[in-house]
Amino acid sequence: MPDALPSTVVNTTTPTNANAETPDTVFTVRDLNVYYGDFRAVVDVGLEVYEREITAFIGPSGCGKSTVLRCFNRMNDLIDIARVEGTLLYHDIDLYHEDVDPVAVRRRIGMVFQKPNPFPKSIYDNVAFGPKIAGIGGDLDELVETSLKGAGLWEEVKDRLDKSALGLSGGQQQRLCIARAIAVQPDVLLMDEPCSALDPIATGTIEELMREMKNQYTIVIVTHNMQQAARVSDRTAFFTAEADESTGQRRGKLVEYDDTGLIFSNPADKRTEAYVTGRFG
Amino acid sequence: MTATTPDTPKSPLKTGAGKRLTLDALKRDRSDDLTGQVFLGLLLLAVAIAGAMVLAVLITVAIDAADVLSTQFWDFLNNKSSSDPARAGVAQGIRGSILIAGIVSIVAFPVGIGAAVYLEEYASDTKLTRLIEVTVRNLAGVPSIVYGLLGLAVFVQGLRGITGGSSVISAGLTLALLVLPIIIITASEAIRAIPSTLREGAYGLGATQWEVIRTQVLPAAMPGILTGAVLSIARALGEAAPLLVVGAAAFYSTGFQGQLDQLQGAFTALPMNVATFAKLPADVWAGHAAAASVVVLVLVFAINLAAIIMRARLTKKLGR
Repeated sequence: MPDALPSTVVNTTTPTNANAETPDTVFTVRDLNVYYGDFRAVVDVGLEVYEREITAFIGPSGCGKSTVLRCFNRMNDLIDIARVEGTLLYHDIDLYHEDVDPVAVRRRIGMVFQKPNPFPKSIYDNVAFGPKIAGIGGDLDELVETSLKGAGLWEEVKDRLDKSALGLSGGQQQRLCIARAIAVQPDVLLMDEPCSALDPIATGTIEELMREMKNQYTIVIVTHNMQQAARVSDRTAFFTAEADESTGQRRGKLVEYDDTGLIFSNPADKRTEAYVTGRFG
Repeated sequence: MTATTPDTPKSPLKTGAGKRLTLDALKRDRSDDLTGQVFLGLLLLAVAIAGAMVLAVLITVAIDAADVLSTQFWDFLNNKSSSDPARAGVAQGIRGSILIAGIVSIVAFPVGIGAAVYLEEYASDTKLTRLIEVTVRNLAGVPSIVYGLLGLAVFVQGLRGITGGSSVISAGLTLALLVLPIIIITASEAIRAIPSTLREGAYGLGATQWEVIRTQVLPAAMPGILTGAVLSIARALGEAAPLLVVGAAAFYSTGFQGQLDQLQGAFTALPMNVATFAKLPADVWAGHAAAASVVVLVLVFAINLAAIIMRARLTKKLGR
């Protein structure tokens, strides 16, 4: 169908952040469309995600940012009616190639969810779950300890590893979910509004953690909180929901993708400017 | 009600400068909530009626059974059926009921839970799946005597070579069919109640569908699944109608039965004992039916209690 909406502004050629040379590309997205049944929820998204950077997806509700994120580890496969079209390369491998096993993808591309979702098991078993099913050998106790330290939770829980994870506070639970995700030693961490259920102090802790984890992992974060994107991310993609002219349904579109500094100080698109200055959304 | 000030008698909450709020403004006015009070009364009445009926059943049964249970308690539990009221007992019924419960557990639990897991976790949402779900729900409402007729045709007559005709096996399989829909429905609901965030968490770590089901969904759903399963056993223990149709014996005496005879030979069960005693002349046998009922009730309560304890333990293990 003809697309009357303005095209996306994407700056992928000259990153102006600290890295001197262009970092390696982890994800390459071209003409990505996601359908729920007949409904086209995400329209023609294209962007790159770079190694050991934090890439933030911002935008109003229903703009498709979470949907795009969930394509990266094939989480949308779990929804019967979801269908993904277009190109999504992970280190030059087509993630949606028929031979690609979503289970293998998710072991390399971990995810932290909007609401902390620890398993109703002990703290130890939560962290050990991923390594166990992945058949990661070696010292499990040590791996649990390193993972909990990596998520900045070790000092708080080291004396009650056998206690239920459900007894932790919301912020601790979310850090446990991060520890659980990094225990399988992934390459990428996808974070779907990881702080939306947390108080400002817990949010600050997680943001600090993300900045540390950037040395080891590529992080893609979806957030409603523009200040959070500005604080932690290297690059920001602004999505919006715009009504389709023929059907009137609101569909997600990528408006602009650039260095976070530019998105917040000098956006190229009027809609981005309106959003980041708080005039809409 | 006294007004706060002469000029604002009807709006005591609107206190302007210098006007003080009084307690009257915040006092509860019961007449405002008359319908609520009436409704609460009706609810209490409903609870009272339900409680009174249960008590009435228990008390009348206990009174009727008191004579038999106090004079011949152990004989009643240990003796076989007999035409002599002083020597008649329910030992065969107890054994039959326990064997039937065992067969129901062995057959209906795995099949029922397996069907529920398939319907909830694997089956895609098609018209056929929905048709099956509706059919299962309807089967749960089919009168038990109809299952008895099915059991008579299939297990007693059709599979006589395996079941031995009217036997504990036939009765157990029939009652397993009877409770199967209940187990499927309760297990499905327990599985459906597991939040999708738990599944996503496991999938997000690279678990396969089977790993998600085995390590997360089933353990979390287990308290609910077990409760449904155990309650269905209690239901099977109390059924008399299907047993009558598949041919539970009113009286039988075979002396000592071999292991196979116990499964394939003549049998009876506690509800059948109750029905048999109740049909005999009341002047001599009045207490026996009630006494057998007490045995059934104690057995069912014990099973329900076990279910509650198991549920509490599993739930505690899950840390909720």
